[in-house]
Amino acid sequence: MTDVTHFRDEKTGLLLASDGTPLKTKLRQSLKTSRRRAFLLVAPLLLFIMASFVIPILGLLWQGVSNATYEESMPRSAPIMRAWDGSSAPTEEMAAAIVADMIDARKAKTIGKVATRVNREESGTRSLFTKTARRAAKMEAPFLPALEKVNKKWTELETWQAIKIAATSMTPAFYAAAVDMKYTAEGEFVPQSEERQIYVSLFVKTIVVAGGVMLCCLLLGYPVAYLMAHLPAKTSNLLMILVLLPFWTSLLVRTTAWIAMLQAQGVLNDLFVFIGITNDDARFSLIYNMTGTVIAMTHILLPFMILPLYSVMRAIPPSHVRAAKSLGATNWTAFWRVYFPATVPGIGAGGLLVFILAIGYYITPALVGGQDGQLISNFIAYHMQRSLNWSLAAALGGILLAIVLFLYWLYDRIVGIDNMKLG
Amino acid sequence: MSSLPNYTTTGQRIWHYTFLTICALIFVFLITPILIIVPLSFNVEPYFSFTEGMLSFDKDAYSLRWYEDILNNGMADSSQPKSWALFWDWLWKALSPFHTATPGFFTDMWENAQWVRAMKNSFFIGFFATIIAVALGTLAAIGLSRSEMPYRGPIMSILISPLIVPLVVTAAGMFYFYSQDLNPRSWLLGMESENPWILAQTYLGVILAHAALGTPFVIITVTATLVGFDKSLVRAGASLGAGPAKTFWKIQMPLILPGVISGGLFAFITSFDEVVAVLFLAGPEHRTIPRQMYSGIREQISPTILAVATILVIISILLLVVLELIRRRGERLRGITAT
Repeated sequence: MTDVTHFRDEKTGLLLASDGTPLKTKLRQSLKTSRRRAFLLVAPLLLFIMASFVIPILGLLWQGVSNATYEESMPRSAPIMRAWDGSSAPTEEMAAAIVADMIDARKAKTIGKVATRVNREESGTRSLFTKTARRAAKMEAPFLPALEKVNKKWTELETWQAIKIAATSMTPAFYAAAVDMKYTAEGEFVPQSEERQIYVSLFVKTIVVAGGVMLCCLLLGYPVAYLMAHLPAKTSNLLMILVLLPFWTSLLVRTTAWIAMLQAQGVLNDLFVFIGITNDDARFSLIYNMTGTVIAMTHILLPFMILPLYSVMRAIPPSHVRAAKSLGATNWTAFWRVYFPATVPGIGAGGLLVFILAIGYYITPALVGGQDGQLISNFIAYHMQRSLNWSLAAALGGILLAIVLFLYWLYDRIVGIDNMKLG
Repeated sequence: MSSLPNYTTTGQRIWHYTFLTICALIFVFLITPILIIVPLSFNVEPYFSFTEGMLSFDKDAYSLRWYEDILNNGMADSSQPKSWALFWDWLWKALSPFHTATPGFFTDMWENAQWVRAMKNSFFIGFFATIIAVALGTLAAIGLSRSEMPYRGPIMSILISPLIVPLVVTAAGMFYFYSQDLNPRSWLLGMESENPWILAQTYLGVILAHAALGTPFVIITVTATLVGFDKSLVRAGASLGAGPAKTFWKIQMPLILPGVISGGLFAFITSFDEVVAVLFLAGPEHRTIPRQMYSGIREQISPTILAVATILVIISILLLVVLELIRRRGERLRGITAT
């Protein structure tokens, strides 16, 4: 009995470990160690994903609000222009700072970048900047009339307002531009002129296409998943190969295949001409437009719909439908009131996954979309690679990311990330 | 489902067969585009469609010229003599450390042919991206499936997010980030560094990007195998005197190996199939097979692409078979047999 008292504190009556510390503390310590061990296992990957994935994306988001081009190259005029109210007449102080900055910027060869930046706010100011900078070295005070002598655009308030917008170090202007608004020098948001409003309709189009593809996938995927779930395992495994083969085949291969299928001289049109649905001069244009994009995307994303639907349907006990029928339900009622509600989780999982993947699609629209089949991703890539307006690309990407993250959150709430299954 | 009972009405029979027809049509939709490219890749004409000769099974309408083109396109001189004997000789000399490969058809092909280079790049990038993804992903999955793991939910959603974030956004962010100087001397100490570390337009940049895109698959598959893992086995090993490293390699690893392998295959195929990050991050000399196909479709569309596509389809069939074998082995080990 002496052993027992040895493991019990005499005053408090607490259980003690062999080294004399209370057992509770010891347990907490051991739990802490195992928590730390578990975390240390995850830490390398977490660090890797942070460094190679999360930080680059945060950098991109920052790029969408950062506006450092003007400030870096024109350090004297930037604070003065920011302090100006944007509506009163330009002062001599502003003009002097701009001329001094222009001389330096021309020497540092950064004036082109500044001119491009200001030009985004007010078209036609690029040549104004480069031209003025060329003569800036020879200008003498007072600088305001000197500037006005170079070009009468310097008398216009709009030019100065454009500079003021460009001179701030952070700006909502790119995000505003990404939703077809213009951020004015007075700090207000006004709608873009009608012919420049493209992005809102593009976002809407992207969402509509993603929704349409989701619906097509559901319509095509549901019967197939139902069939496979109700066949004996051997047959359904064979059919599963037909679903998994496209799933494992390269995206580029499938896009190429659809070009071969759908083009004017392609397999499908040849078949139509042969059957007599159409004649040789009136072949259907099925590709390089929206139709091609939707068909190819549906084909590519269909397995993502079938797989979750199949796994949900497999788990539904067949006795439920039988019970409904024995209670007098018709086939349709048994399906619609009993079977279908049980498959809703699968529809939610597959539908959200397809929608999330479709909304960010880039390669397929770029290759088979032609002019009107382009989606928001294609414009982000265009601004990154061609027009080099990285800030606008970042703002468009930021909005797309926000939409996708919202859907991801929804997916996590409804399905749970842990339940994501592959193949 | 397969045989109808006697009491079914005519209406039910009609519906049943209509349903089967609809399903058959959907399967046709799924599989035809993939199968159609196989015969088209043997076309003797430079078209993407069936010629009359092909439809009447004329032998002269079929050829292997596009497969030859995969090997020849981009070579300095494709008319050099070639034969199996020369090939084995070249292979022997190329692999042996004591010889240098003799200049000739095969050396030229290995070094200059565009598709051969793309293939080399794809395997090189895919191999290292898979190694990184599998190593980090497996460790993380083991940590994540421990019940003591703190902040499990939020960390899991961060680690899975590369799968969800649109590729264009990921690639644009990486392009912007990797174009900057990552040498600690410049961003930590603010010094102008003589040797800037710029990851854009390097193999390393593409490999890191692909590794990040591949890790979610490893986590998902390994976590799924760990669900059925009996932790008392590890404790039993430890009680018999094995250290943490030994229990991991001797007990845990062999049991979760199927998940690790299929995660690795997913990671490899992701890298092998990925083109957006390559478009943004890689230079012209790092072109992978999908990147080469992308510019092939955009610029000069020729049945060579169909020949490449056919080879890729065969590769994916092989992958499918491997995965199926792994799945069957796993089921057998757990005592689940197909019913």
